[in-house]
Amino acid sequence: MSDINTIIKPENIVYKRTDVLSDNDLSYCPGCGHGTVHKLIAEVIEEMGIQDTTIGIAPVGCSVLAYNYLEIDWQQAAHGRAPALATAVKRLMPEKNVFSYQGDGDLAAIGTAETIHACNRGENIVMIFINNGIYGMTGGQMAPTTLPGMAASTCPHGRDVSHDGEPIKISEILAQLPGTCYVTRQSVHTAGNVRKTKKALRKAFENQAANKGTSLVEVVSNCNSGWKMTPIKSNEWMEENMFPYYPLGDIKNEE
Amino acid sequence: MRELKLMKGNEAIAEAAIRAGVDGYFGYPITPQSEVMETLMALRPWDSTGMVVLQAESETASINMVYGGAGCGKRVMTSSSSPGVSLMQEGLTYLAGAELPCVVVNVVRGGPGLGTIQPAQSDYFQTVKGGGHGDYKLITLAPASVQEMADFVELSFDLAFKYRNPVMILSDGVIGQMMEKVELSEQKPRWTAEYIEENHTWATTGKKANREKNIITSVQLEASVQEAFNHKLQAKYRSVEENEVRYEEVMCDDADYIIVAYGSSARICQKSIEIAREKGIKVGMFRPITLYPFPTEQLMKRAKQVKGMLSVEMSAGQMVEDVKLAVECSIPVEHFGRFGGSVHSPGEVVEALEQKLIGGDK
Ligand SMILES: Cc1ncc(C[n+]2csc(CCOP(=O)(O)OP(=O)(O)O)c2C)c(N)n1
Ligand code: SF4
Ligand SMILES: [Mg+2]
Repeated sequence: MSDINTIIKPENIVYKRTDVLSDNDLSYCPGCGHGTVHKLIAEVIEEMGIQDTTIGIAPVGCSVLAYNYLEIDWQQAAHGRAPALATAVKRLMPEKNVFSYQGDGDLAAIGTAETIHACNRGENIVMIFINNGIYGMTGGQMAPTTLPGMAASTCPHGRDVSHDGEPIKISEILAQLPGTCYVTRQSVHTAGNVRKTKKALRKAFENQAANKGTSLVEVVSNCNSGWKMTPIKSNEWMEENMFPYYPLGDIKNEE
Repeated sequence: MRELKLMKGNEAIAEAAIRAGVDGYFGYPITPQSEVMETLMALRPWDSTGMVVLQAESETASINMVYGGAGCGKRVMTSSSSPGVSLMQEGLTYLAGAELPCVVVNVVRGGPGLGTIQPAQSDYFQTVKGGGHGDYKLITLAPASVQEMADFVELSFDLAFKYRNPVMILSDGVIGQMMEKVELSEQKPRWTAEYIEENHTWATTGKKANREKNIITSVQLEASVQEAFNHKLQAKYRSVEENEVRYEEVMCDDADYIIVAYGSSARICQKSIEIAREKGIKVGMFRPITLYPFPTEQLMKRAKQVKGMLSVEMSAGQMVEDVKLAVECSIPVEHFGRFGGSVHSPGEVVEALEQKLIGGDK
């Protein structure tokens, strides 16, 4: 019987977690997309060799503690204000790589003004936007992105668009602004989509290195806890309901 | 070589910021302080010192830009007037909670609500008692001249970085708008990236292989950790109270009565004490320069000597509460002041002194 330790050798390694990810246990629910996106950002940072020059701006939302998981310098913003922080960090240290990481409540409700104006100024930053159609952290309330008819704790009978309006497609709005150079919508629920999201993130950081303006990577993601579904069911539900309203793919891609 | 110029208080803030080597200014227009950003934009310091000047979409954004810049260990500031500073309260408590150094100027106007563009001192409570949520303090300097508007910019940054705490320059529409002679200091260089990395080891300058990551945050989910952090903040505030009290006394040594006044009200009261003394009333003036930390002990010392104090403020009576607390109500303390955008005259102050304190003394 061969001892496991005789197999664990550098020459036998086929996959290794990037060192940009920390050893801390993730605070996310099992099955949640947040953790996958964290890993992709960490991999892109490692592959681009920008760990020592990258500053992340964490939001208020389930990812408020994102700074515990990536081994880079971080600032934690007030709810919705990450784009304002990112603006100043980048303007004062243009040689650094700056990204904000925000949920849909953070980016498209309380922080709408900061989001739109950072994009409109064409701040040379990356904005990573996790759209799970709900307020995950506070226990599943209606978000600006909650689908018509979709139940949440503050619309238990389903979102009534005559009462609350239609869900906001913020990425499409931001793509209208001349300041954005790249606006894309991705997902991380299958291996293929994970690969595509990683490519999109890489492109966004490369745009920043090339001084192209604001890049926004939206990831339509599940909130299995908030949606009150199993992880597998939530991914199926996402495909059937979220993707038709929030179609995946590039919304704007200026070469 | 120090340079002499005739300028408005608001312009002096802008000039002094550039000369002090400030890294960034983020603002949103509001009367009576718009000249700060207008002056900066006209002077184009990005071409000379590399200072960043940006017009934000709101005061919410500008104070959060200040948070971002301060987190990088840079010297960043904003300015506004009362309604805008109300909007900044969220940012201020986050800055205090994340222990970030920055300078905020409030050129106060009359309120509540949209109020008036005329000068007032009715944001005293908001500034020194909190404004935002949580147990925090803003170190607060109250300039009484255009010269002090200029001088307090650099002093404020020194204090902000010494204590890693936001500093408020609490001015008002009189000081912001009036023109006076100012002696401006020589141009100082901005801090280099190396200086910041060496001296502000907490700043988010990019994680080097030889250090742990830096995190700027005010979140402590665990109550016991949050309590311990609050104790640390309180210890810092005690040290500020011990070391940073600033005040000025005018003709207090032989005084029977003392007028307590700050900012433009102190300028007015300077004349009031002259008028009173011509009438044979021995009045002195005590001017708190730091409103937080408040010169509590120094006022108590004077309380042992005088028959009463009159707190003269362009508000319905805010600082008067701190004066009463300082003297532990051991002597009569009264308030006088015009407010809502009106400014008292030196004569009105003397009348109030006679009616409220000396009259009662007979
Ligand atoms: C000013 C303010 N208002 C409300 C809250 C409470 N709050 C915390 S997280 C959150 C919603 C976050 O939702 P989202 O941005 O979609 O992130 P998710 O948790 O879904 O990833 C709210 C309303 C807060 N922290 N601050
Ligand atoms: S509540 Fe939702 S968004 Fe938050 S960690 Fe759980 S599954 Fe993810
Ligand atoms: Mg959400």
